[in-house]
Amino acid sequence: MSSLSVKHLFGLQNIPKNDINNILDTAFKFREVLDRPIKKVPSLKGKNILNLFFENSTRTKMSFELAAKRLSADVMNFSSNTSSLKKGESFKDTIQNLHSMKVDCIVIRHSSPGSCVNLTNYMDATIINGGDGFHEHPTQALLDMMSIKEKFGKIKGLEIGIVGDILHSRVARSNIYGLVTMGAKVTVCGPANLIPKNISDLGVEVCYDLDSLIEKVDAVNILRIQRERMGIGIVPSTREYRQLFGVNQNRLKKINQDLVVLHPGPINRGVEISSDIADGENSIILDQVLNGVAVRMSVLFLLLGGNQ
Amino acid sequence: MAQLKSQKLDRYLFSNCGIYCPSSKKNIKGNILIIDGIIEDLNFNGDASNYNVVECKEKIICPSFLDLRCHFSEPGFEDTESLNSGAKAAIAGGYSQVCMLPNTYPVLDSLDNIESLYYRAKDLIIDILPIGSITKGLNGIELSEIGLMAKSGIVAISDAHKMVENSQILRNAIEYSGMFGIPVINHPENMDLKNSGIAHESLFSTEKGIPSIPSIAETVAIYRDLEIANYVNGKIHIPHVSCSESVKLISRYKDMGLDVTAEVTPHHLGLTQFKLGEFDARYKISPPLRSEEDRLALVDALKTGVIDCISSDHFPHKIEDKESDLINSKSGVIGLESAFSYSYKILSESGFSIEQVIDLFAVNSRKIINVPLNMIEKGSKADFILIDPNIDWTFEPSNIFSKSKNSALIGEKMKGKIEAVAFKNKIHIIE
Repeated sequence: MSSLSVKHLFGLQNIPKNDINNILDTAFKFREVLDRPIKKVPSLKGKNILNLFFENSTRTKMSFELAAKRLSADVMNFSSNTSSLKKGESFKDTIQNLHSMKVDCIVIRHSSPGSCVNLTNYMDATIINGGDGFHEHPTQALLDMMSIKEKFGKIKGLEIGIVGDILHSRVARSNIYGLVTMGAKVTVCGPANLIPKNISDLGVEVCYDLDSLIEKVDAVNILRIQRERMGIGIVPSTREYRQLFGVNQNRLKKINQDLVVLHPGPINRGVEISSDIADGENSIILDQVLNGVAVRMSVLFLLLGGNQ
Repeated sequence: MAQLKSQKLDRYLFSNCGIYCPSSKKNIKGNILIIDGIIEDLNFNGDASNYNVVECKEKIICPSFLDLRCHFSEPGFEDTESLNSGAKAAIAGGYSQVCMLPNTYPVLDSLDNIESLYYRAKDLIIDILPIGSITKGLNGIELSEIGLMAKSGIVAISDAHKMVENSQILRNAIEYSGMFGIPVINHPENMDLKNSGIAHESLFSTEKGIPSIPSIAETVAIYRDLEIANYVNGKIHIPHVSCSESVKLISRYKDMGLDVTAEVTPHHLGLTQFKLGEFDARYKISPPLRSEEDRLALVDALKTGVIDCISSDHFPHKIEDKESDLINSKSGVIGLESAFSYSYKILSESGFSIEQVIDLFAVNSRKIINVPLNMIEKGSKADFILIDPNIDWTFEPSNIFSKSKNSALIGEKMKGKIEAVAFKNKIHIIE
């Protein structure tokens, strides 16, 4: 049924280049659909898609919902905050009950790494990882790559920086896997204690100095630094983080005015990114959001075998 | 399903067996005749027709095993493992004696709770040797009634899967328990460095985004414990060593003359971190499965004697506590039924003989807590097991006697099979 080499999309580790190209090419076609006055196609008519979100999400959940609706699929939304999980129902029971309702595809977000893989023990629906712990967030990386490709016309040979808390970031991991597969040169940058010890074995460079990173890269993907990590022995203070790793207009003016800036959101204005950058010409943050819908349409379409 | 067929051990003849005697390190041929639980003859050649004959050609009879650390859940959590179900699991693994950790409810932290356990265990098919807790309710702060429990027969003190983090409390415990000659067994895992981790910290954990536990979480803890024990000249036992650096530390302190012993589990001997590749919580274990290099160092440490014995660390959990996602599932695996056969499979690949592996299970574990090894000799009580060393088999859920099924070894290849256990005037045939 799937037009990709995989049945499910758990992550971009081990996803071949052909699949990524296929997803991006299809996404660009759907992007055209999104620019039409009538933005809906009948490709997945009759398919059920369940958004199973055990963690809070605004962008990803709405993006998947909209993508499914644009493809004419029926969408159900599950949120752990308002479900029977609150009454003590187990993960397994929740899943099995939902599975009994015979859904075709599940988009899952969960705080535990591999929870998307665990789902396959209980159901045979197509599963798409919407973010699992620190593991992967493949559709985010795909939309980042789509946005980069849209901007530069290519991915291969580009120098891309990823800045911030790499250790706890599923976005970083998926971006690393996808970008390295597509032939980009990736450098990660952030506080040394938030960069895994052996990350260079994934084929990336490591840098602790933001200015030297900005100088050499074509685009930088800035990760959200969680405020709850500030001042508890992980990052000394917001002020210090901003000074060392915050991307702002002054830095770019001095070093690399053409730098393209991405951010997966939600952004902490004035911490990892200044407002003038987030809202300025270097930023393609809002393009990412629109491309997110197109990429998710593409992934749903290709995995669920929709009709052209 | 595997079953235990248990009968009174009277008028039994174990014919044509090879008897392994650990004290002389010799194998002798024999026909063991048992009348009413007592070995009457080791070389019976008379008329066999009056006896229940167990044919033992090409099989080994050796002393039964003692497991140094095992989590049973009675009292308090009998739906996970009762003493009775745990005892059956032990017998299936060739154990007649099991040292039981104190993480029951109530905790084994007082004379009364120990005596209550003895009462519950008095009719079991195995011996339960209790390990008292170091601190009351495993709270890490107040010492348990170590002296009274020691006088009633506990073989060691331990806060089970919890580390005593307060160094002064640990010092007190080691000094105090030294009066009674029992070792302190402290779970070695620095909780700050563990930091809610699950997998061994490595490239693999980075790739998979699994919160990780570095080897230093263990070495820092072991180093502290060794230093304290060395300073007060105490006796400690290091449980479930998982990494090569820990082996080096223990070796150094053994060379210095410290009264330290150490153990490894079968799963750390045979499995590595990559088992978590599918995020299966069956392999969520504390300490975590580590690298191949660590695994080989553990095998080597058994060869050199730096690690003294193998313990099952049998830790039953209900299905619902193990089949959730990785973060919310509990740590730990069962292992009594599979410990010997899996260890023999792994160690035989590194040149260990079956006799050497038997020593790790029957002799060395007893030495650590000064429990005498029963001799297989004329006039003694029959306390031995029958092993077929030539069976290669695969561990299946049907081989599990425990109430819980959380084994990390399902589907793993095994070597040698425990066929029967003779103990307490009974013969248990594992079918």
